Amino acid sequence: MKLVYIVVRPSKVEVVKSALSAIKINGATLFDVRGFGSSKGHTSSYRGSEYVTDTNPKGMLMVACNDDDVPNIIEAVRDVANTGSIGDGKIFVNELTDVIRIRTGETGEDALLEKNDD
Amino acid sequence: MTEMEFALNTFYLVLSGAFVMWMAAGFTMLEAGLVRSKNVSEIVTKNLGLYSIACVMYLACGFYLMYPGDDVINAYLPGMGTTWGISLAGLTANYDLGYSDAADFFFQVVFVATAMSIVSGAVAERMRLIPFFIFAVVMTGFIYPVQGYWKWGGGWLDAIGYTDFAGSGVVHLCGASAALAAVLILGARSGKYGADGSVTVMRGSNIPIAALGAFILWLGWFGFNGGSQLAVHTVDNANAVAQVFLNTNAAAAGGVLGAIIISKILTGKMDVTMGINGAIAGLVAITAAPDTPSGGLATIIGAIGGVIVYFSVVFFDSVLKVDDPVGAISAHGTVGVWGIMATPLSGAGAFGTQAIGAVSIFLWTFITAGATLLVIKAIMGLRPTLEDEMEGMDASEVGVSAYPEFSE
Repeated sequence: MKLVYIVVRPSKVEVVKSALSAIKINGATLFDVRGFGSSKGHTSSYRGSEYVTDTNPKGMLMVACNDDDVPNIIEAVRDVANTGSIGDGKIFVNELTDVIRIRTGETGEDALLEKNDD
Repeated sequence: MTEMEFALNTFYLVLSGAFVMWMAAGFTMLEAGLVRSKNVSEIVTKNLGLYSIACVMYLACGFYLMYPGDDVINAYLPGMGTTWGISLAGLTANYDLGYSDAADFFFQVVFVATAMSIVSGAVAERMRLIPFFIFAVVMTGFIYPVQGYWKWGGGWLDAIGYTDFAGSGVVHLCGASAALAAVLILGARSGKYGADGSVTVMRGSNIPIAALGAFILWLGWFGFNGGSQLAVHTVDNANAVAQVFLNTNAAAAGGVLGAIIISKILTGKMDVTMGINGAIAGLVAITAAPDTPSGGLATIIGAIGGVIVYFSVVFFDSVLKVDDPVGAISAHGTVGVWGIMATPLSGAGAFGTQAIGAVSIFLWTFITAGATLLVIKAIMGLRPTLEDEMEGMDASEVGVSAYPEFSE
């Protein structure tokens, strides 16, 4: 199993969510996050003085999935979240050792999201 | 004068006073929106308290000092007395003023609160409540009434022909002069200016609330300027009142446009906080003579005020390094001077006497307010500890946070 963190532009969160649904990934945890990377923040003006915001807001989706789903997720996200500009975000893929469904006590792959077509 | 005329004027004056009272809400919202969220409850408390102190002190001695009648020492110093236990309504048996004396008191008391509100915005986020309220006692009970006597109470400024219809000088420049003294003695908010001369931007926490405050002030100003005609019982007075309303509104609109256009030209963006200051600047600019200009000239006077306030805010903030979180010194002081000096444009007052008025109001208020604050500072200090300031004064002074779900 894998735990995938998908960091995208805030404006792309909704379309990424839809794209995941389209490939039968029917659950994710969403975070509002801030960060910096290739895009180093931006300069704004307030009452005639400039100031620098050195982090940018991003949306992050956390998805737990089977190993097989990872390539599909990457493809689906890149399809909709890629604008070709700096600041499109990153996908982080981690090993996931266990999952427990609180309601039933199921563990491992049984506790992962049920597919709609099951 | 008939009883009906007397009643009409009295009704007009108390209603105007109620409009001006509502400006306290305007200042509160304006300041709450332009400070950081950790100091919002504190600034609301300051505004509640200062308004109430102004009402008590004006009754205790302020009104008597400002309108002493024949009880004067000379043209510079009024006699000392109180209106605390006097039923002001009973004083007017012969319709001398054309309206009830109690209505006159009510209309005037809300003006002193306006002057004091100007100070609270400038010292925002770094002055403790108790020293601020002690200063409010002296400011509203003594400092404001004495220079008010100079003009509206029949003192020396009135005698030389200084023109100030509703108080660009007596109210707004006075408040801003005290604000400047306070800010110079207090110093800037911690972290505002770096040792290397850098300026840290501290953004306001709630722009819609600040804009609501500006619109409330705009509404209240119709009472402020319109009521200052003091009568509406004849065709001439009614026409004058209507022209004052028209011009007050036109100048505010001009002020907004002046400020947002200059902001767009210089920074590429229409800074909404500058537009808010522009509205107030337009209103302050027209207040010295809202009755004499045409609507077009009033718009221009307001628009120039809006441009002035932009440059004044930047100049104080970035060049002089005088930290005024809401731009009160610029909107009421710098533009107050512009309003005083602009009265000859519509044939009211003369340049020289207007300058004497501006300089004397500034010096009196700046010096007496500064001295008062230095004494308070020596006794109890003015600022919170650095730790309390960083934590926010909602926690250290009020114990109630304005937006708990965001800050906790």
